[in-house]
Amino acid sequence: MIFDRLRGPSPAVIACVLAGALSLSACATTPDSPDAADGSSSRPDRAALATGLDPASNLNPFPSTYQPLPRQNTAIVGATVFTAAGTKIENGVVIVTDGRIAAVGDASTPVPNGHTVVDGRGRFVTPGIIDVHSHLGVYPSPGVQGMSDGNEATSPNTAQVWAEHSIWPQDPGFNTARAGGITTLHILPGSANLFGGRGVTVRNIPSITMQGMKMPDAPYGLKMACGENPSRVYGGRNQSPATGMGNVAGFRSAFIAARDYKAKWDKWREDGEGSPPTRNLQNETLVGVLDGSIMVQNHCYRADEMAVMIDIANEFGYKIRAFHHAVEAYKLAPTLAREGICAAMWTGWWGFKMEALDAIEENAALVDAQQGSCAVIHSDDAELTQRLNQEVAASVAAGRRLGMNIREEDAIDWITINAARAIGIEDQTGSLEPGKRGDIVIWSANPFSVYARADQVFIDGSLSYDRNNPAYQPTTDFELGQPGFGRTPTVAANTGAR
Amino acid sequence: MRRLMLSAAIAALSVAAPALAQDTVAITGGRVLTGTSVIENGTVVMRSGRIVSVGTGAAPAGARVIDATGKTVSPGFVAVDSGLGASEVSSVGGSDDQGNSANTISASFDVSYGLDPWSFTLPVARQGGITRAIVVPSHPGGSGGHNHADDSDFAGVGAGGLQSPGLFAGQASIIHLGQGTDILVKPRVAMVAPFGEAGASVAGGARGATFTLFKESLAEVRLYSRNKAAYDRAGLRDLSLSRADLEALIPVAEGRMPLIVTVDRAADILQVLRLGQEEGVRMILDGAAEGWLVAEQIAAANVPVLLNPIMNLPGSFESRAARMENAASLDAAGVIIAIKGNEGSIHRAKETRYNAGNAVSHGLPYASAIAAITTNPARIFGMAGDFGALAPGAAGDVVIWSGDPLEPLSVATAVFVNGVEQSMETRQTLLARRYMTGGTQANGMPVAYGN
Repeated sequence: MIFDRLRGPSPAVIACVLAGALSLSACATTPDSPDAADGSSSRPDRAALATGLDPASNLNPFPSTYQPLPRQNTAIVGATVFTAAGTKIENGVVIVTDGRIAAVGDASTPVPNGHTVVDGRGRFVTPGIIDVHSHLGVYPSPGVQGMSDGNEATSPNTAQVWAEHSIWPQDPGFNTARAGGITTLHILPGSANLFGGRGVTVRNIPSITMQGMKMPDAPYGLKMACGENPSRVYGGRNQSPATGMGNVAGFRSAFIAARDYKAKWDKWREDGEGSPPTRNLQNETLVGVLDGSIMVQNHCYRADEMAVMIDIANEFGYKIRAFHHAVEAYKLAPTLAREGICAAMWTGWWGFKMEALDAIEENAALVDAQQGSCAVIHSDDAELTQRLNQEVAASVAAGRRLGMNIREEDAIDWITINAARAIGIEDQTGSLEPGKRGDIVIWSANPFSVYARADQVFIDGSLSYDRNNPAYQPTTDFELGQPGFGRTPTVAANTGAR
Repeated sequence: MRRLMLSAAIAALSVAAPALAQDTVAITGGRVLTGTSVIENGTVVMRSGRIVSVGTGAAPAGARVIDATGKTVSPGFVAVDSGLGASEVSSVGGSDDQGNSANTISASFDVSYGLDPWSFTLPVARQGGITRAIVVPSHPGGSGGHNHADDSDFAGVGAGGLQSPGLFAGQASIIHLGQGTDILVKPRVAMVAPFGEAGASVAGGARGATFTLFKESLAEVRLYSRNKAAYDRAGLRDLSLSRADLEALIPVAEGRMPLIVTVDRAADILQVLRLGQEEGVRMILDGAAEGWLVAEQIAAANVPVLLNPIMNLPGSFESRAARMENAASLDAAGVIIAIKGNEGSIHRAKETRYNAGNAVSHGLPYASAIAAITTNPARIFGMAGDFGALAPGAAGDVVIWSGDPLEPLSVATAVFVNGVEQSMETRQTLLARRYMTGGTQANGMPVAYGN
């Protein structure tokens, strides 16, 4: 951490210390702070950089404006509770106070005065479901020309682009995802490029702006992609990378440039000699990876390629937070567990391209079986995200078919607390534990059943969806006045979810 | 974080070879879903490849008896709008024989000649309870191909990665998924043509052009059909279709072969129904995302629908009214529906049962959901009574399930096709077993030496 040792900490430094995991550049003294012109500094005098030219001067140029929906304190009583903290509580009680989980326990747990009691008998409660791989908003519905904003497929390295700048908050997929229990999503750029750009974590509430959904204090991700996609896209243009080895050269070249860029800023901040480096958005993001403030979300199907990516990370001194579409994670499960890398997987998808050939339904179960593992089920799909609970159930069934003993109260982790860990928000949500955000789903039945529907979805303790109350079934602007709008399909009586 | 708890017995058990057909097999004690009813503690008897009785009686003397107590017994499921046996790895061109792009072989394209009984997709589908499939030529607007959002910018969304320049994509086949050298049950059971956006793009851009092209094509077929001798001596005006395509379309023009029409928009559905009446063509609607808006009209036209009930997003402007309740609404109106698997029902044909379950959770009666993956597909493709039901005389396609077959937590424990018990081994189960000990063998040798 670099700061001026001869001065008291500037406000920026205080912010830096409080934030904890901010980037190196983020922790530098900001030139436009009052102290910067302080003649007592041991550093040579220099003019402050013009607005916007120092990456440290504004660490958060697109700040979250997220506000929880109006809420009341709630007690959910009588349900079967999967805490995602290792337990299943029959006839449980979940207390939510001021948007936070206040208590989780058995029937003896006292309900504080003033809490609205929700009858959970016959129903199930889980933490809000987290999808770590979503393209909602960036590849929205309708998927038509003019709305396809997920891949800046113009160069193998577009680390400078941010998915949040492509998010269309009116994507109807946010609403259907919420009706499937999704409370938090990590929205990523596509996988055409080696470096697709920054991913962003959002709270799944209706909002006019992206900033209104953006999760405060959630780390950014960097989408990286191994394998067939970058080499196909750029090889098809007779450009590098055209091969797997071209991919690796591309990753390494980019981190060499980023290390160099970081060294230049560090030196300039240290001695102030010469001109400051010109700010470079691409390298800025990669420097965030190098200093640990931005988490690598690495699309990588094959086990052998994951092993190479781990070596690249070691070469340049960064960590991979999660492999996505990790269809061969089961082949490297002990290594992934040892390295502390999450594996985000599907259950049923396979065979659509060569690197997906060896996908197996038992993948999550085998990854999860390792000590210290982090198995995650993700969607990458606006339909699948509505049913991540069922995708987990199919994985559990496959693992049991193989003879493994898998408890549902553990498997729920794959779309809750492990997913939170994969995107660096496990201290805030992902399990029903006191102090965490009140992100909760009440299911009509066991969520491992195909017949279970999300009855009610709470985000930060606020009711954001209610299957039986049209007042809590939001519609996007896009849906207004479309064919079928306002009409309810006629179905037979006495049917539906159990 | 959790212990690997594997019983050694399981590994030994799962490599059991498929049993050869003992002539008479009786499955007893299970909850039997016949396709049209439910029998508790039922007995299903198969002999010589067919079902001979379904009821509550005792197993016949001498039969191989399989105790299904506590389990559910169902007909094998039918994958409709499928590419099983016709496509191995979607992105590998040489392994895909589901679509043809020569404009002289469009309607005449017959998928049956490209079927591969050794396809590794078949055991995976079978493990999901699929025992029959309607293999349909891939076509613009169809549900084939991988619509993975990450890849969508360069894989061709909705086109299945394949373009057929003609309006007609070719002819579908019925296959069974039994092990052996011949999976073909019946070739040329239906013709395929895209309408809606995809059909418009084939015809020149506008929906209206598709209808003109279709009518003009059938006019040529009728002209050819009446004047084959003149055609052969070049005494007929020039026709835009090849002779092979003209020949293939005769049964469609005569109403003998149904036409699978890919169509989603409610307005387009109405026009397709009108076209069917005007031309005397038997229609099967494929997709019908907005079908619920015109359910009464579809029912009145007595036109069946192949649909995926989990399509609920306005993915395009022709599916803006897509709803999870589509299947339930069509069924309630009296439309015969068949429920599809996902992404062209090849690799993910196994998910057909989950789609049926999700239709149930959105209002489709359970019995209708079972019918939509068993008896209805057989009925739609002219095979009622021949397969898709547990009834005397039907093929011995039977699946024993650990529980409710629509539940993802349930697994198939035994699958019979034509009365023969099938191996439950797939390429995927082989991989899973190879790596279940963490990628190393106890003897220090690479797992590659493990088989």
